[in-house]
Amino acid sequence: MHDKTLAELTRSLEAGEFSSRELTQHLLGRIDRLDGKLNSFITVTYDQALAAAEAADKARAAGEAGPLTGLPLALKDIFCTQGVKTTAGSRMLDNFISPYDATIVEKLEAAGTVSLGKTNMDEFAMGSSNENSHYGAVKNPWDLDAVPGGSSGGSAAAVASGLVPAAIGTDTGGSIRQPAAFCGITGLKPTYGRVSRYGMIAYASSLDQAGPMARSAEDCALLLGAMAGHDLRDSTCVARGVPDYTEELDTPLAGLKIGLPREYFGDGLDPQVEAAIREAIKVFESLGASVREVSLPHTHYAIPAYYVIAPAEASSNLSRFDGVRFGHRCDNPADLIDLYKRSRAEGFGDEVKRRILIGTHTLSEGFFDAYYKKAQQVRRLIRQDFLDAFEEVDVLMGPASPTPAFDLGAKKDPVSMYLQDIYTIAINLAGIPGMSVPAGFAGSRPIGLQILGSHFTEARLLNVAHQFQQATDWHRQRPAFAEENA
Amino acid sequence: MQWETVIGLEVHVQLATRSKIFSGASTAFGAEPNTQACAVDLGLPGVLPVLNEAAVAMAVKFGLAIHAEIPEVSVFDRKNYFYPDLPKGYQTSQMYQPIVGAGIVEITLEDGTTKPIRVHHAHLEEDAGKSLHEDFHGMTGVDLNRAGTPLLEIVSEPDMRSAKEAAAYLKAIHSIVTYLGISDGNMAEGSMRCDVNVSVRPQGQEAFGTRAEIKNVNSFRFVERAIAFEVERQIELLEDGGKVVQETRLFDPERDETRSMRTKEEANDYRYFPCPDLLPVVLDQAYIDHLRDNLPELPAEKRARFENELGLSAYDASVLSATREMADYFDEVKDVCGDAKQAANWVQGELSGALNREGLSIKDSPVSARQLGELLVRVIDDTINGKAAKQVFQALWNGQGASADDIIEAQGLKQVTDSGAIEAMIDQVIADSPAQVAQYRDAEPDKRGKMIGYFVGQVMKASRGTANPQQVNALLKEKLDA
Amino acid sequence: MALEHADVQRAAHLARLGLTDNEAARYVDDLGRILEMVDLLQGLDTEGVAPLAHPLDVTQRLRADEVTESDQRARFQRCAPAVENGLYLVPRVVE
Repeated sequence: MHDKTLAELTRSLEAGEFSSRELTQHLLGRIDRLDGKLNSFITVTYDQALAAAEAADKARAAGEAGPLTGLPLALKDIFCTQGVKTTAGSRMLDNFISPYDATIVEKLEAAGTVSLGKTNMDEFAMGSSNENSHYGAVKNPWDLDAVPGGSSGGSAAAVASGLVPAAIGTDTGGSIRQPAAFCGITGLKPTYGRVSRYGMIAYASSLDQAGPMARSAEDCALLLGAMAGHDLRDSTCVARGVPDYTEELDTPLAGLKIGLPREYFGDGLDPQVEAAIREAIKVFESLGASVREVSLPHTHYAIPAYYVIAPAEASSNLSRFDGVRFGHRCDNPADLIDLYKRSRAEGFGDEVKRRILIGTHTLSEGFFDAYYKKAQQVRRLIRQDFLDAFEEVDVLMGPASPTPAFDLGAKKDPVSMYLQDIYTIAINLAGIPGMSVPAGFAGSRPIGLQILGSHFTEARLLNVAHQFQQATDWHRQRPAFAEENA
Repeated sequence: MQWETVIGLEVHVQLATRSKIFSGASTAFGAEPNTQACAVDLGLPGVLPVLNEAAVAMAVKFGLAIHAEIPEVSVFDRKNYFYPDLPKGYQTSQMYQPIVGAGIVEITLEDGTTKPIRVHHAHLEEDAGKSLHEDFHGMTGVDLNRAGTPLLEIVSEPDMRSAKEAAAYLKAIHSIVTYLGISDGNMAEGSMRCDVNVSVRPQGQEAFGTRAEIKNVNSFRFVERAIAFEVERQIELLEDGGKVVQETRLFDPERDETRSMRTKEEANDYRYFPCPDLLPVVLDQAYIDHLRDNLPELPAEKRARFENELGLSAYDASVLSATREMADYFDEVKDVCGDAKQAANWVQGELSGALNREGLSIKDSPVSARQLGELLVRVIDDTINGKAAKQVFQALWNGQGASADDIIEAQGLKQVTDSGAIEAMIDQVIADSPAQVAQYRDAEPDKRGKMIGYFVGQVMKASRGTANPQQVNALLKEKLDA
Repeated sequence: MALEHADVQRAAHLARLGLTDNEAARYVDDLGRILEMVDLLQGLDTEGVAPLAHPLDVTQRLRADEVTESDQRARFQRCAPAVENGLYLVPRVVE
């Protein structure tokens, strides 16, 4: 039962093959047995999960079950969950029991889902390998020597290894799509503003967006439907109706116009990855889509612009962690400055400090125009590239990452780590939705196909991904790690 | 050398919204510490701000009241610095695109002349919490109830040239915001706070001198005193060949001095940048027009109406329009009694005197405007004379009756105008005072005028004050001179 | 734009991050390389391009002025490091 998709699990629950409680117990058992090697969870909420599962079973018995009732999932540890430790992967919040629920936590609970716990992540979502967690690195279930990607690495690894059928991640520069690609699962970063950010610990507010990570596009559609929608507590969350994302899944792709950004197939792209992506494109052609090359001329400015904007916002967002109202506080502060400096020095890890320093520096007097304002101008040019491309084509496709998962410890230099996100970062700057869909392997390590659409075209992306998954079975592959230990 | 003082003011006005600028927590004053600090005000991880419509409307009303430009788009920025009363480590404010553009505030000086003071802009921001320095084992306590209370910061141009002008400007702002009902203007509770920029320059010099910013100037009186001290300090410094340093100084009302707040810290670098959690605020013309159409009559307009339409003196008009409570009270008294001059005299005389004696503000007056108006009706229609009117007023003040008519009735103060009754009293007085009558009749006619006062007093006494004094006078003359 | 040791120390102070000299030296190196990468932006002509702060062209929604929050001090202070009489405690602030 740990192998099934959400849609399949719902059918089993409906047919009475097993109860939500049985399913939940089975998965909690697997977490106990397997997660020691993976480290994908920071907190497992056994009691709450079983209670929620029992409530879901009762609701089902009473004929009150919705499409997600009784389905287990996991939450990236960046979402505030009332009464549960919420750490953002940081020592700073190791003692933080959230006094409130994030909007999406409320929504998913209201939909009857059963949270098994909080998944590991790069500290404050800053990283592309999940090696920046205070709670230790997460392993890739396809190859325990490899990283799962980041920053939603715990969510991706847990789904891929059959510990949970789906998880919620966040994506600021690729943090859903890249780990989904590295772990061979399906992940969706929605349009900025589609899903409420209230209660999601902020990294870079104008880029952050929560989204589903699951075993199929259909599952992502089910989850997005429950997560999306207007929230009065988030000014940046748009007031716009939420369609039934499953409705268009079966629409045939004949006539679909696919653009391949020339810049996404250039230097630095691993040949095995390129080959897999080109194969995937052929599948779409066979389904009646047409393919043409397009250009996103400012692609190479995306990483530099991102590393101005995101750290600047982060430097400000993380100022609230000052050891006064919550979070880590140093012992015996000599005075106020000492309280601040030591609490923050002890509470934050290396990469977080690096980004706080960069952001503080680029915003400071004399540098603001040259860095921040310039980066915002470039951001407009990057968004325009996409808007122009979507005048010509329906969706863009390319690799989610230039390489498959790399080895743990392989990227010591921060800049070389940043360059990993070359194909994902511009999407956050433009605010458009993007998906990563399993599309093959390089040896044992999965490869992800990225599919991009213009703002608020999630239904179309899910349809395109679902049709691909009807024609291929990459998304049905499971790592030996999950099977051997079953 | 002759020195000229140059002053600019930054006035922080707490807006009278029910809830905070970015959260649904209450703004009520005086609650137990941190009981009105919600998740958003505390800056808990993950929380987000949503802008309060009333704060926007109040800011725009202020802008319209000072004839300022209201830009279509305004933007919130973050001002980054660490302080325990600033929970997020930044203050959400408006640095580059404020909600209110340049405007004009007219001030009235003591001699009745007016002077326009330019307002550079006004912007919305959130208030900080409070640090309490009582001893908690050598620690400071932080109360965040005030954090997130909406503030309108009104920044003037350096247009003021004396402490008196600065105080008049502050009063004008106070009067505008209270007229608009956008603030309670309570300076003692910190609803209005003021930072003062002061510099001096040799008379006739174009360039400004180096300025000092004085913080914590929180009453009309302190503004004058702080400026007076600071001007003297700067002049003395310059005349001794020294230099004024650009710095922040704190006014200490107890010692009546300003002192440097400079700590060992380097100059602040607030790293302003647009708040990514808030979107541009776009105000359409219809919204602005709606607010404009519903503006109350403002102090300057009231003053003009009092002077031009009601025929009050410039002085009376300015006193009566100084606060909205005063003006509304006066307007009602005038409407009830129908005589603006009587109303003006009584509000400024009897009523203000009584209020001052008891230290009450006009909104707490025991005599309502309607009661006073009805009393004046009885003065105007000669039902009572002036002396009785004061008695009635005192009785109303003491709560001895619900209306002037009740008191007049109960105390028998109705003026006696029946000449038969008055004649009878006069005859009695004349009969009782043969010596005074003889003295009067022996006197030269030009001395008699003074002497008649005695008889008038006796008759008034006999009538317990109710006889019509003019009538008494005329009839007495007739009888004594006969 | 080259990065000096003093720039890192200044940023660390503004951000209230305690750094040892060794750490600061390492960050001079790291941050220098990041800024070198970022400097690619300087080569792009952005004359006349309006800065983009938000990916969507949407405007601020306004909230009705209603009190929706009640006193939850006890709950919120459960995660606080030091409180007394309902106040958050910090080392003495000198005005």
